[in-house]
Amino acid sequence: MTATTIDRRPAAEPRGEDATARTLVTLTIADQLCGVPVLSVRDILGEQPITRIPLAPPEIAGSLNLRGRIVTAIDLRCRLGVPPPPPGTPRMSVVTEQGGDLYALLVDQVSEVMTPPATSFERNPPTLPAAWAEFCSGIYRLEGRLMVELDIGRILALSTEG
Amino acid sequence: MDDLLAEFLTETTENLAELDVALVRLERNPDDGETLSLIFRLVHTIKGTCGFLGLPRLEKVAHAAENVLGKVRDGVLGVTPDLVSTVLAAIDQIKFIVASLGTTGAEPTGDDAELILRLDAVSNGRAVPPAAAPSPAAPPVAEVPAAVPAPSVPPIAAVPAEQPRPAPESAVEAPQSNQTIRLGVDVLEELMTLVSELVLTRNQLLQLARSRESAAFSVPLQRLSHITTDLQEGVMKTRMQPIGNAWGKLPRLVRDLTLELDKRIELVMRGAETELDRQVLELIKDPLTHMVRNSADHGLETPAERRAAGKPETGHITLNAFHEGGHIVIEVGDDGRGLPVDKIRAKIIAKGLATEAELAGMTDNQILRFIFRPGFSTAATITAVSGRGVGMDVVKTNVERIGGTIELASTVGQGTTFTIKIPLTLAIVSALIVEAGGERFAIPQLSVVELVRAGTEAAADAAEGEPVLQMINSTPVLRLRDRLLPLVNLADLLRLRADEARASASRRHIVVAQVGASLLGIVVDRVFDTEEIVVKPVAPIMRHVTMFSGNTILGDGSVIMILDPNGIARATGIAGSADGRSAGGPPAVAKAGRREERAAMLLFRAGGAEPKVVPLGLVARLEEIGADQIEAGADQVVTQYRGRLMPLIAMSGTLDLTRPRQTVLVFADAERRLGYDRCMGLVVDEIIDVVEDSLAIQLSTNRPGILGKAVIAGRATDIIDTGYWLTRAFADWFDAGEGGPGGNARLLIVEDSAFFRQMLEPSLIAAGYDVTAVGSAAEALALADAGARFNAIVSDIEMPDMDGLAFVARLRAGGPWMDLPIIALTGMTSPAQVEAGRAAGFTDYVRKFEREPLLASLRQCLAVSAEHRLHA
Repeated sequence: MTATTIDRRPAAEPRGEDATARTLVTLTIADQLCGVPVLSVRDILGEQPITRIPLAPPEIAGSLNLRGRIVTAIDLRCRLGVPPPPPGTPRMSVVTEQGGDLYALLVDQVSEVMTPPATSFERNPPTLPAAWAEFCSGIYRLEGRLMVELDIGRILALSTEG
Repeated sequence: MDDLLAEFLTETTENLAELDVALVRLERNPDDGETLSLIFRLVHTIKGTCGFLGLPRLEKVAHAAENVLGKVRDGVLGVTPDLVSTVLAAIDQIKFIVASLGTTGAEPTGDDAELILRLDAVSNGRAVPPAAAPSPAAPPVAEVPAAVPAPSVPPIAAVPAEQPRPAPESAVEAPQSNQTIRLGVDVLEELMTLVSELVLTRNQLLQLARSRESAAFSVPLQRLSHITTDLQEGVMKTRMQPIGNAWGKLPRLVRDLTLELDKRIELVMRGAETELDRQVLELIKDPLTHMVRNSADHGLETPAERRAAGKPETGHITLNAFHEGGHIVIEVGDDGRGLPVDKIRAKIIAKGLATEAELAGMTDNQILRFIFRPGFSTAATITAVSGRGVGMDVVKTNVERIGGTIELASTVGQGTTFTIKIPLTLAIVSALIVEAGGERFAIPQLSVVELVRAGTEAAADAAEGEPVLQMINSTPVLRLRDRLLPLVNLADLLRLRADEARASASRRHIVVAQVGASLLGIVVDRVFDTEEIVVKPVAPIMRHVTMFSGNTILGDGSVIMILDPNGIARATGIAGSADGRSAGGPPAVAKAGRREERAAMLLFRAGGAEPKVVPLGLVARLEEIGADQIEAGADQVVTQYRGRLMPLIAMSGTLDLTRPRQTVLVFADAERRLGYDRCMGLVVDEIIDVVEDSLAIQLSTNRPGILGKAVIAGRATDIIDTGYWLTRAFADWFDAGEGGPGGNARLLIVEDSAFFRQMLEPSLIAAGYDVTAVGSAAEALALADAGARFNAIVSDIEMPDMDGLAFVARLRAGGPWMDLPIIALTGMTSPAQVEAGRAAGFTDYVRKFEREPLLASLRQCLAVSAEHRLHA
């Protein structure tokens, strides 16, 4: 736990002290406001038909067709250890690219694009649950609520876990 | 300019650019073995190619450079700046000659003796003796080409030598750009993606137009639709090429090799139209060239050697390409001498690649695979054609780079066949769309043999002749015509929620798929249509699931997984598709049922706890017979089965008539033509499983009805002697006795009925013979042509196409098998027929089913034949 926090420090630090603000796409997962860097987002999709992939890890919701390309859908709720939404709830996806392959992150809702002041950024509090701490690069203090910045690279690092 | 030459120039120019960089890298890190291998391979490729293009000057320089590099690779020489400079000088000289080739189409006149002398000096370990003279020339390497030809050639030659730099640019480009444009695959990939998007947008538009019915749009929309379709087809076509394109230069290569090696070689090419992704095609071109060259050089014998071995003087190199089970398979085979296992073994030990103890534990095939190791070559002399042990290394590296595998099968005296299997990652295939557990899947059409709608046992209304799905313990099998097929339920295998309504349906859909040499039934819920699909690789996170070979987007826009029947078979442990036997030798040999081949076997218990086994192919049907249907006569217990009486024999000795149902293995002879339409039931206690294993009898036994013991599924298991139990059922079947020692004499069985082959084979193996079984006279003759040797032949008389009489007459007419004892096996033994048989050339006549007379006859024939040989 402590080890992971220390491990993350170098990556987070430049952002914390650096005055350059980052632009994030905000989204919600089980009522928690999260953000992903806007530059890593290729597409935002509404509810999509998803083909299940048998024998895949539970985090992989399936695959979908994005204008002729096959996109692997990853259920962020499952990845973050949050219980699944009630059946029939429409979900949106944030499409991102890694190593030439496209991935869709299934989230509850995608809202706005914002540039929170860099000064409002803080590193993960050490008490953050392990499932979140692993995928969060830090927290923004916004007016009235907190926003968790997600580390897409870590979220997609499923392959090594087999 | 000659197409071949133009291609060679493009390739070589690319290779040369790579070489410069690699050599400099090597100079900095002399221990970088990978770079060294790369350099060696590039130079070897240049040498090899110019050898058959007839470019002696280029070849000599490349050969000398390769010599130096070979010594570096073997660790004889260290990497010194001098050495690298010398090699670089050689490469510059090659560049010069290549540039000149580009301008004039011919090698420039001139002499490279000095350079070759220096290369040879380096190669022999002398530290570049004329160090003073070439050293000033060596560092400014670019000037070497100009400097070398200048002193020794007349001034006319000096002019092109000075000028080649500006000229070749336009001269080389011009003819090539007319015919082809070299494009990055990524450009095509991008185009493909755009076209896919266009197709989907078009589909949406069409749907909109249908609901609006606005006539103004419909005509241009139709036009747009057609153009989109044409565009899609066009783009797809750009990536596919027939494999024949890669074979284009092989006939000439073989022709030249024929002259060079003084051999007679015929190149047979089959399946040249098999389409292949262009990227894949590019990558297998070189390996194929290497392999054909190897076959010609090492594989095939000289005409004199072939004559001595009783083979036709002309050797054949066969290229065969086809789609199989979601792969493209390319076979490169020759009918030459085969790979010498002993020599390879000696070489492995000499090279320190493995210890003797390690080798002792390896099969011949594993030992043969050492030829794919870098630096391995068995040729006693290094020839210009091949033999530096670089070829097979290159082949394997290139094939594996595109995710393929390479297998080899070799039989001494009959030839060697390499089988390259390349996954069709990018190829377009026709696929069958099926549904299981509520999800749709694609199965490559090429691995689908047939679709079967089968009734379950519960369905009492099963129509006569309809395939029936049955359970052995809890394992489902399919009774399809005369065979039992192992089945897998797709929904269960993929852990999908079974569709309740479908699971209980009385009819199931079964996709019979070809997996390597065996068949597998895949139970699905629904079968849709076939569709042309573009296979796309699965996301890296999913690569560990081997049951899918890729995924694709269907016409309706949905994503669908593509099943890999080979992966399914591996997951269920059914077929040993990885065991390399599938490669086979020449086709006839591949089909011949050698005894080490794996076979599906039925494991059961009867009269004791230890398992017993019978080849599944021998069992016609499995039946449960109710006690009320069994009638005990005075000396036999029978049941009415399909309108005739079938005797029941209990394996345990006595039939326990108190059991309500008896489990019966039904043996039937399908050879109705001969009037042997009889069947018998062997009553057993319990059926355990169907397993796939090799039927290698390890211990023979004296117990009647048991052939011996073999290790099946990890346990010592009794193999039952079907012949014995058949004779128990019918009084007129001779009671089998003890097998005589066959002394490992090689026997060939020629018999068109698979039933008799399977029955004869184990009993003859048990008697100590080395048995090969084939299904027709034609296959046997093919073996004769391939140089196979046997001590005796046992042949059926009644066979389709060529009967036993014609077969024996053919053999007796001449050839290596002219004097072999040939025993006729037949159901008809009237004196007139025996006479006809003897007249045709049969040594002896034995009735079918009679094991002991057959063994006696074999003993006698082999003894006579041995004596004959002694006296001869």
